[in-house]
Amino acid sequence: MAVQENKEAVEEAARAAEEAANAAEAAAANATGSAETATQAAQSARDYADQLATLVASMGGPSDFIFLLAIFILAVFVGYYVVWSVTPALHTPLMSVTNAISSVVIVGALIALGADLAESAAGGISKYLGFAAVALASVNIFGGFLVTQRMLAMYKKKER
Amino acid sequence: MAENLPALLYVASGILFILALRGLSSPETAREGNRFGMIGMVIAVITTFFVLENKGFGTWFLILLAVALGAVPGAYIARKIPMTAMPQLVAAFHSLVGLAAVFIAWAAFLAPAAFGIGAPGEIHVQSVVEMSLGAAIGAITFSGSIIAFLKLNGNMSGKPILLPFRHAVNLGFGLFILLLIGMLMTFEQSSTTFFLLTLAAFILGFLIIVPIGGADMPVVVSMLNSYSGWAAAGIGFTLENMALIITGALVGSSGAILSYIMCKGMNRSFISVILGGFGGEDATAGAGADEDRPVKQGSAEDAAFIMKNAGKVIIVPGYGMAVAQAQHALKEMVDSLKEEGVEIKYAIHPVAGRMPGHMNVLLAEAQVPYDEVFELEDINAEFRTADVAFVIGANDVTNPAAKTDKASPIYGMPILDVENAGTVLFVKRSMAAGYAGVQNELFFRDNTMMLFGDAKKMCEGIVKAL
Repeated sequence: MAVQENKEAVEEAARAAEEAANAAEAAAANATGSAETATQAAQSARDYADQLATLVASMGGPSDFIFLLAIFILAVFVGYYVVWSVTPALHTPLMSVTNAISSVVIVGALIALGADLAESAAGGISKYLGFAAVALASVNIFGGFLVTQRMLAMYKKKER
Repeated sequence: MAENLPALLYVASGILFILALRGLSSPETAREGNRFGMIGMVIAVITTFFVLENKGFGTWFLILLAVALGAVPGAYIARKIPMTAMPQLVAAFHSLVGLAAVFIAWAAFLAPAAFGIGAPGEIHVQSVVEMSLGAAIGAITFSGSIIAFLKLNGNMSGKPILLPFRHAVNLGFGLFILLLIGMLMTFEQSSTTFFLLTLAAFILGFLIIVPIGGADMPVVVSMLNSYSGWAAAGIGFTLENMALIITGALVGSSGAILSYIMCKGMNRSFISVILGGFGGEDATAGAGADEDRPVKQGSAEDAAFIMKNAGKVIIVPGYGMAVAQAQHALKEMVDSLKEEGVEIKYAIHPVAGRMPGHMNVLLAEAQVPYDEVFELEDINAEFRTADVAFVIGANDVTNPAAKTDKASPIYGMPILDVENAGTVLFVKRSMAAGYAGVQNELFFRDNTMMLFGDAKKMCEGIVKAL
């Protein structure tokens, strides 16, 4: 009988061991799975973040543009009211001074001339163009402001 | 901070430019305004110096060299230019802004990285559109201003040159430019396409101005002023630069308003001016056989006698006075009359001269106080109370046909009512019709006296007789 009992105990132990093994296997499988899930989650999170980033980046362009456009439109309105308030007697100086201030394009010319582009051929040409544009705009800046000043100096009130 | 400070400084220079224009509302504040403009420009340039990629000695040297190359002739011209030549000077200056805009757009196209707008061939679509517009408007401004300059300077006939199918051709070029911009947006950003775009715009600018007659040049000069502003704004968007955008908007709207004022002064629609063809032989319809009718002629002595005994004389100067350089002699005549106790005022028509406000500058140069000079609306009612209207070198702007003759090409144009004055004295070289090619009915009236001769000599003659 004792043998029989022993055998049963051993069998039971074996079964238990097998169950444990199974459980361990299952646990191991689970762990791999969650690791994978975690990786996947991390991956999708990263993808999502990337998408967001690109979205933000793409939104950055147009919103900048709208910002500049708004300034432009407001400046058109300011210009409209300011120019109507200019006395007709000063319309010629108005033209020469607007001419002078539109030469603020020299800013663009300076950027082209002062760029770090010596290595490329196109960059070289760009520099020459910038140089020429700086010179052209300078004619206007100096000529425009000085001729305006000269004109305005002539407007005198009646001596009483 | 590194990016914000320059941006704020550019806004500051934009505001100073607004103040520069604001100052022009009165001659008293105008000089101060001009200084504001100069300060604004200095701020913009210096700010740019400090944001340059390459701040090496070589760059600084190149910049100073380029500025000097422009500054010397610019300052020289500004000092020497006679005031009569202001219209062509302004036209020439416009052409320079236009060309500079084209160069900058090209520089940005070839080296976009320097402007932070992408790599060569892969420029941001939005920036491509902006620089294309900048280049196209700049090119139109350049070639158009060259033609305007040649016409104003007399190197080219003021008569409109009417090419066949010009409207269709212009429209074609305009559409071609739009098509090329579309190609740059959607296909390869090849420099060939950009070159064709620039070239087409150059040709278009030429074609737009060539058919416009000399009489319409005030409108053209104002319009080109406006274009130069829009070109600057286009470049400003490419560079995302506030100073350029604000300035472009100011200059653009300023030129547009001046064009409108000039059109109204001639009672012509902007469209009809742009379509061109005015001021040539085809406009002489109203003249005809009037030439033989008798006119009352007078001498300098007669004019001196009439004016000496007048209580109030209104002087109406026109471009003919400027051509004859008679403004100083006129001033002398006026001074002598004032000593006789005669009240003197000047009446200026909006389109007198060859650009907006040109006549005011010429009178200011002759040291006529600006508070004796009046605009059309302010003085027109006063002709009724004036004993003498002294019209010197003007014609069309006094022609009553503008009110009565519906067939006249100048019908509807606001005129100075010199006919209401007791006596009208016309200083003219001959009986020839004015710029619009219309005969002036006023010459044949009983209370009109024609003083034939050079405006300057006539004034000097009158001074002697006084």
